[in-house]
Amino acid sequence: MGFTLTYFSLIILVPLLALAFRSAGLGPASFWIAASDARVLGALRVSFVTALIAAAVNVVFGTLIAWVLVRYRFPGRRIFDAVIDLPFALPTAVAGIALTAIYAPNGTIGALFAPLGWRIAYTPAGIVIAMIFIGLPFVVRTIQPILEEVSHEVEEASATLGATRFQTITRVLLPSLTPAILTGFALAFARGVGEYGSIIFIAGNIPFVSEIAPLLIYIRLQEFNYVGATVIATVMLLISFALLFAINLIQAWSRRRYGYGN
Amino acid sequence: MATKLTARRSRKTSPTSETPLVQGLLIALSLLFMGVILLLPLYAVFHEALIKGPGAYFAALLEPDAQSAIRLTLLVAAIAVPLNLVFGVAASWAIAKFEFKGKAFLITLIDLPFSVSPVISGLVYVLLFGAGSVLGPVLKSYGIEVLFALPGIVLATIFVTFPFVARELIPLMQDQGTGDEEAALSLGANGWQTFFLVTLPNIKWGLLYGVLLCNARAMGEFGAVAVVSGKIRGQTTTIPLQVEMLYNEYNATAAFALASLLALLALVTLVLKSALEWRFSAEIAAGNH
Repeated sequence: MGFTLTYFSLIILVPLLALAFRSAGLGPASFWIAASDARVLGALRVSFVTALIAAAVNVVFGTLIAWVLVRYRFPGRRIFDAVIDLPFALPTAVAGIALTAIYAPNGTIGALFAPLGWRIAYTPAGIVIAMIFIGLPFVVRTIQPILEEVSHEVEEASATLGATRFQTITRVLLPSLTPAILTGFALAFARGVGEYGSIIFIAGNIPFVSEIAPLLIYIRLQEFNYVGATVIATVMLLISFALLFAINLIQAWSRRRYGYGN
Repeated sequence: MATKLTARRSRKTSPTSETPLVQGLLIALSLLFMGVILLLPLYAVFHEALIKGPGAYFAALLEPDAQSAIRLTLLVAAIAVPLNLVFGVAASWAIAKFEFKGKAFLITLIDLPFSVSPVISGLVYVLLFGAGSVLGPVLKSYGIEVLFALPGIVLATIFVTFPFVARELIPLMQDQGTGDEEAALSLGANGWQTFFLVTLPNIKWGLLYGVLLCNARAMGEFGAVAVVSGKIRGQTTTIPLQVEMLYNEYNATAAFALASLLALLALVTLVLKSALEWRFSAEIAAGNH
């Protein structure tokens, strides 16, 4: 017990407190000046907007994939089920250079879009692609266990009462999946906002256009501008904590409403 | 004949499932999405690595800087993974088998590194040990370098891989309760005997599962390590950092060759993980929430 708390404090709490103290030591005025710097705001905007789009795409396809994996039987289902975890296992730098190779103008997919004048790599679209890659398992793995628990009886009841299949899905199944979908969305969003490795290769990293907040922290550190780095990190941490809090609220609500959560 | 046909059609469009056509379309759409988003990048790594033939591939792996990156990565994982293993077991033991104040808060905090950007995980150690900190200059006066050296890389790696073992074991051990331990103690076993002969065998597959994921992340961590390593070629570059340097020097083939090692590690991890899940699903199921 003592060992647990000591190790935990040394590894996690002390460093995070150091960050908080550095930040608090700045005073609100200089904190605000550093946080409202145009390039910082630009980077935060790029991070949050792209993460929002990627999480939305992942919610649609993640729900679909979870549905297909749980409800349908087809050859190779177990392999595809295992492949979902690939973004957890594949290091982000490896994913980053691989995605860049694919979506660059001369890459497998980039070449398909290049004649249309669409560039994916080195634009915000590339950032969204990388965030979709790393966020997908969060959505699928959150929805899958809940979908397995939903009993067939409610669907049968709905069908006997004359609902079409479409009505059963949208009015009976989807509402009971909503908490899981929201949780998956929040997890994928949080992961996307903080992601660094898979994005910096494909993003192009142009300030105000495709420069993400974690990269700006890294740049500030390279310039030994610790104050600048700390301020961006604090803003991001505060937003992440708000997200974690929201996830906990969703799950508490889900347990009250449906009797289970994850 | 006609009734038979309607019967068959109505069976196909059963009210609690979709028509085969819809099923097929949904499956095809899912697999297409997974193929493009997940499998294509994996294929691209090996394709790009071998594009100049096996000679160039192995030359890139045998190059001295690549070798030192491989050695450093193995060393960092060899330190960080066992430490987090011991901590993970201790933390889950404390959380699952005892009652104390602030337990729920501790469980929440254990997940913290998952929701923090890896760059921030590295940044906190720069603030703790870098120039302008209290600790850094003191340690330096004793000749201990933390930043831009092995200790910093190990610390950042421990930080980001911290939750893997614990979050796998906590639900599993909570599920198993304290009955077995109480039986062992009442039969005269001492604390250590109870732990090694009763608790450990009960959690071994869940533990292996957690260690597997912890190791994959430890060897592949990029953002946090990039911040604290200083990227001194041949000295403080782990495999992911070496991949980045080679890639930025337009040496894509060598970058992908090294990256393919990590991709292989990811594949082995996934295969072992799935095998564990299928074989011992009951024994690690509690950890899969």
